[in-house]
Amino acid sequence: MALQTMSLSGRKKEVSNKKMTFLERLYLWTIIKGMMITIGHLFTRKVTIKYPEQVRERSKVYRGQHLLKRDEQGRENCTACGLCALSCPAEAITMTASERKPSEKHLYREEKYASVYEINMLRCIFCGLCEEACPKDAIYLTESKVLVPSQYDREDFIFGKDKLVMPLTEAMKNAQLKNAN
Amino acid sequence: MKVTIDGQSIDVEPGTTILQAARKIGGESVPPAMCYYSKLKGSGGKCRCCLVEVSKGSDADPRPMPKLVASCVTGCMDGMEVNSTASERVTDARKAVTEFLLINHPLDCPVCDQAGECDLQNLSFKHGKSETRFIEEKRTFEPEDIGPNIQLHMNRCILCYRCVMVADQLTDNRVHGVVDRGDHSNISTCISKAITNEFSGNMIDVCPVGALTDKTFRFKSRVWFNKPYNAHRDCKTPGCCGKTTVWMFGNEIQRVTGRKDEYHEVEDFICNECRFDHKDVKDWVIEGPRKFEKDSVINQNNYTRKLDTVVIETETGILKGREQDRKKISMRHKPLDAQEQTAFKEGNI
Repeated sequence: MALQTMSLSGRKKEVSNKKMTFLERLYLWTIIKGMMITIGHLFTRKVTIKYPEQVRERSKVYRGQHLLKRDEQGRENCTACGLCALSCPAEAITMTASERKPSEKHLYREEKYASVYEINMLRCIFCGLCEEACPKDAIYLTESKVLVPSQYDREDFIFGKDKLVMPLTEAMKNAQLKNAN
Repeated sequence: MKVTIDGQSIDVEPGTTILQAARKIGGESVPPAMCYYSKLKGSGGKCRCCLVEVSKGSDADPRPMPKLVASCVTGCMDGMEVNSTASERVTDARKAVTEFLLINHPLDCPVCDQAGECDLQNLSFKHGKSETRFIEEKRTFEPEDIGPNIQLHMNRCILCYRCVMVADQLTDNRVHGVVDRGDHSNISTCISKAITNEFSGNMIDVCPVGALTDKTFRFKSRVWFNKPYNAHRDCKTPGCCGKTTVWMFGNEIQRVTGRKDEYHEVEDFICNECRFDHKDVKDWVIEGPRKFEKDSVINQNNYTRKLDTVVIETETGILKGREQDRKKISMRHKPLDAQEQTAFKEGNI
């Protein structure tokens, strides 16, 4: 069999060059056929939403802004073990560890704490591996809808402990909630 | 003498222990060792991690040994057959020993400076379980200061006696040891004396856990963020080889240790001057990056890759533009001043 007449996909069609009849040349039937499809779409379910009024529901595994947690007593969980930085595929996390002084026992849970903890939000891909690696339940990717706000300087995208650590008021609220339950 | 370990035979000298013979063969069948240290005389026989099954005593007496034996202190016999990883009894026993060692070991690997190069961590990763059955309170000790260079965390100690042997065999007088008995036994200097001997720093290297760590490196960095290099210096201290591994972070030497081989034993002992006092790059001749086992976390820091400056390979002048195109287009009648001339010439527009 000649290659020209074979159809490997089974969808090959012969194209003819025959002259159209008068009815066909009016295109009436084809226009009606096309309009049917258009009108049919008016009655299907909409795929878009009216954004500012309606907000689409987020996935259950949505991962937003990072948070360095405090425990119920308001002490920071993070002990600067470096596992988040190790697991980070984007190498966005850096930290410096310090030794806790006896007067700081109410601030940090462990003997060692992170005196500097920085996440470069330009590098972060919000994969959540830091959260998975953390042995101390310290870092969490919250459900916060605010992602990284726009800035003019690159340095402003490096989030330090001032932006990452859970506020004390929230820690207190958590403690009250736990006591209430 | 011919010994067979896990089906692999090797000829060894009389007086070799099973562990040494297994290390000669190498590979999977080498029993783990927490207390045995080939460079320290009389070490071994305490941790029971290296238990093996002797299925045939020798050619002369082919009966199997009734109990598992500690391979680090059991000598080889001619025609001996040993099962290490091949035997289920052995893997069970090692699992149990690991659990025993971890009973009083605190779960503070995130805080501990030894994490990443810790023998107990490796042991529990390989032979341990991820959960504990121990619900009682762990044994704790008051922190004790044993000098300006060495940090003692007695809670982490597994009482392997390696540091005691270092002090006995390397230094002239030992000022620390194991005091008290049973559950209360702990490493201590007699009434808070400082350990200042010139070779006392080797206690840090021989410690299989994080009980003895470097105070000058305390909480500075995790080991896997450092870049280890082989280095040496001309050390005047008698007995010190001057050959070390320096652990660098950027251009800063954060820690100096001895060179540890695949069984985490130092090749040669170094003095405290090398270890604690020379943290300047100029003091050292750096030989090259130190290699570690394939599965070591230290390899996470991919320092062996050479970092070159990026060269964009394009036609010359493609970034600048063609010469005839690079003339002033706007306001032709005003000539360029000197600064603009150079800017145009170098293409830094």
